[in-house]
Amino acid sequence: MLYDVVIIGAGVSGCAIARELSKYKLNICVLEKEEDVCCGTSKANSAIIHAGFDAKPGSLMAKLNVLGNEMMDDLSEDLDIPFKRNGSMVVCINKVGLKGLQELYERGIANKVKKLKLLSRDEALKLEPNLSDNVEGALLAPTGGIVCPFILNIAMAENAYENEVSFYFNTKVLKISKCEDFYQIITNNGDYRAKYIVNAAGVYADVFHNMVSENKIHITPRRGDYCLLDKEMGHHVTHTIFQLPTKYGKGVLVSPTVHGNLIVGPTAIDIEDKESTATTMEGINELIHKSEISVKNLQVSKNVITSFAGLRACEANHDFIIREVPDAPCFIDCVGIESPGLTASPAIGVMVREILVSKEHPVLKDNWKSKRKGILNPNNLSINERNKLIKNNPSYGNIVCRCESVSEGEILDAINRPLGARSLDGVKRRTRAGMGRCQAGFCSPKVMEIISRELDIPMEEITKCGGKSHIVLEKTKK
Amino acid sequence: MQKYDIVIIGGGPAGLSAGLSAKKAGIDSILILERDSELGGILNQCIHNGFGLHTFKEELTGPEYASRFIEQIIDKDIEYRLDTMVLDISPNRIVTAMNKTEGMFQIRAGAVILAMGCRERPRGALNIPGYRPAGIFSAGTAQRLVNIEGYLPGKEVVILGSGDIGLIMARRMTLEGAKVKVVAEVMPYSGGLKRNIVQCLDDYQIPLKLSHTVVDIEGKDHIEAVTIAEVDSNRKVIQGTEKRYTCDTLLLSVGLIPENELSKNAGIEISSVTNGPIVNESLETSISGIFACGNVLHVHDLVDFVSEEAGKAGESAALYVLKSKETRDDVNENLSNVIVNRTNLTDSESLGDLRTDTIINVKAEEGVRYTVPSKIRSLHVNKFINLRFRVGNVYKNSFVSVYLDNERVIHNKKRILSPGEMEQVVVTKEMLCQKTDLKNITLKIESE
Repeated sequence: MLYDVVIIGAGVSGCAIARELSKYKLNICVLEKEEDVCCGTSKANSAIIHAGFDAKPGSLMAKLNVLGNEMMDDLSEDLDIPFKRNGSMVVCINKVGLKGLQELYERGIANKVKKLKLLSRDEALKLEPNLSDNVEGALLAPTGGIVCPFILNIAMAENAYENEVSFYFNTKVLKISKCEDFYQIITNNGDYRAKYIVNAAGVYADVFHNMVSENKIHITPRRGDYCLLDKEMGHHVTHTIFQLPTKYGKGVLVSPTVHGNLIVGPTAIDIEDKESTATTMEGINELIHKSEISVKNLQVSKNVITSFAGLRACEANHDFIIREVPDAPCFIDCVGIESPGLTASPAIGVMVREILVSKEHPVLKDNWKSKRKGILNPNNLSINERNKLIKNNPSYGNIVCRCESVSEGEILDAINRPLGARSLDGVKRRTRAGMGRCQAGFCSPKVMEIISRELDIPMEEITKCGGKSHIVLEKTKK
Repeated sequence: MQKYDIVIIGGGPAGLSAGLSAKKAGIDSILILERDSELGGILNQCIHNGFGLHTFKEELTGPEYASRFIEQIIDKDIEYRLDTMVLDISPNRIVTAMNKTEGMFQIRAGAVILAMGCRERPRGALNIPGYRPAGIFSAGTAQRLVNIEGYLPGKEVVILGSGDIGLIMARRMTLEGAKVKVVAEVMPYSGGLKRNIVQCLDDYQIPLKLSHTVVDIEGKDHIEAVTIAEVDSNRKVIQGTEKRYTCDTLLLSVGLIPENELSKNAGIEISSVTNGPIVNESLETSISGIFACGNVLHVHDLVDFVSEEAGKAGESAALYVLKSKETRDDVNENLSNVIVNRTNLTDSESLGDLRTDTIINVKAEEGVRYTVPSKIRSLHVNKFINLRFRVGNVYKNSFVSVYLDNERVIHNKKRILSPGEMEQVVVTKEMLCQKTDLKNITLKIESE
């Protein structure tokens, strides 16, 4: 089958693009090498909706950051995504740095970030009493926010799927060749033909770009280690606390998450292995040390419930590159999507749509669905509403994950909805089962049973995250 | 709203024993709430033997031990609800719970007994660097998979931590045909019982490496190898001691944490040492009428001690209920003090100097990490107080000393004391009565 558009990568960029293009009468599919959406850079980042004061004025990054940020209110409403404008604060801990804070403020104004305000030491401490005693001033950006990166990504994918975009998982693109008026895409899972290719492959975007273009690019994965702290620390700060970059580096952020944890990170270590998401002792120690510069009494080692690493897809010029590749017509790059890629993703979707529409002039659908309903969270219901729900569907009365209070009903929804979960991590990202302080110790056998029952697959075939990540080897009694 | 005299949160060994003793003490309106599909708690997956040596003077398996209690619960018509999750306990003892059939409901409890047990410390809390692949389990999760679900996680096993569940699982996995290559323990001593080291590791020639920890985890999808290295006395890795072990399973047995989220939400004061509620001699928490026992109070090694402790909590909760009923019946509230004396001080001739109900603090010092209880109300001591404690290091040929203020009243020689074994010492009421104005009871480990 000849697709009008094949999107490589089901991360947040790919899915945002898929959703925007699904407004048109186009045959679209998304190819993803992992078993689910949101398995690469999109799943392991700071979960921040940046205000946009950081990017270089005039850069594409600055433009799409601010645009993406502004789109989040409507998008989160349409797609039923947890999102909160908690505000960001850049903290400066010495008088010498105040000049830098002023510069950052001016850069934000140049980038058209709204409501920016410079705060004195006292004003900053009044808003955030747990800031370091050394704080000298801060930049407040009320438009900064926090989001669930998984749900943002998943919601855009589900919505695109509802609007007839096909998704092929465990499908790794091996080779792309240009034929007369289409591209031939060879994968481990069959061949695809596409009139247009959108390259939204994150840290692998250079590989696919270089298959079709003579002007080679290089993406450097920049590893960032993170620590996630217990919900008991979730209110330690209410804003996202950044450190004013110094000559010693960018510093690490400390932020509440939309689910009530506290996140600390990231480090920034350039590597070459595009799969190397292993944390290191040095990285974690760096986080523990650096986070204390801006926020006091964090006790990271005592309060950490998990640590992880993500890879930012950095291009040499540190700007997004979103355009039709000059020497490869109909091949649209969406590369160098490092931070603030999550924030910019809705605007990236719009930009790629505009590039394609201006060239192809597709017809708009008249039945496009703009809304997606998320997995019902019974914790947000009143007792009466909840009891009505349980009466109609008793599985909502059975708590499977006790740490995050996730019911069987939510897990069933996660598995049985469009593009449903196939693995423990798939269930975890959709429902938070296993995301809490016991880190799936209690619920994983139960979630495995539910997956096994619902998808009719034996326990031995259930994986943590697809591929070879099987949980159990074999039955004890054969 | 439903009403019960005593609501017990958790139907494991602590909850069952508390229920039975409350019944014996004269309370009929008792409800046990259990989140799992059967009573017995973690005992159900502990199919090895060694349970009940103290309580029944014989060696039982976990399920057998549990069934001795469950049979009595059924026999005595003590009410329980399964598959029921408690969501909240309010300071005025309204318990909010949920299950499939009743939905969300609330119960007004005359007294509440916390018996929620504990959870295992996960890998995330240890900050072990490396990948996050499949094949890493806390030992108890692996125990459930093997013993309840009937699946073997893998065949080449490394165990980090020498807690009792890890030791038991080393033997269990070996018996199921897996090769347990090594058990690494970051501390210079084991966190488990001596008998488990002998029976589960030594008997199967499984090496235990003390002062060793995991410094790297390999394998992106599934675990493929770990690197273990020696640590110095500050638990810092000694460079050059790294050794790589290929494996398909890493089990963690690195500590148990009392599950006190409900207690904390209720506003109950929690000890930073035990992670359990701070309790008095009646095992009553900082909130009047809420009692705690078993692993939610402090982590135990032996279920026999859990049953004994929970029996005490059940009895205390029953007394509390009876007392408040009498108080309610009496128009004159002033009588309540008299009732306290009457119900708790049956042997009233030995009242001694304990005329007023003063609070005695129990202090853990010099090698003693904590004591349970940590507060004693002098008038509520009935014959004796059993002080349970753990030491913070290994002590050989040392003395467990108890001081009443400055006077040493107990000086017991112990051949060995280790952090993996809970200890206890009994302070009698006679001892307390001999001191006037007693403020502190202090436990110490002394070399002579």
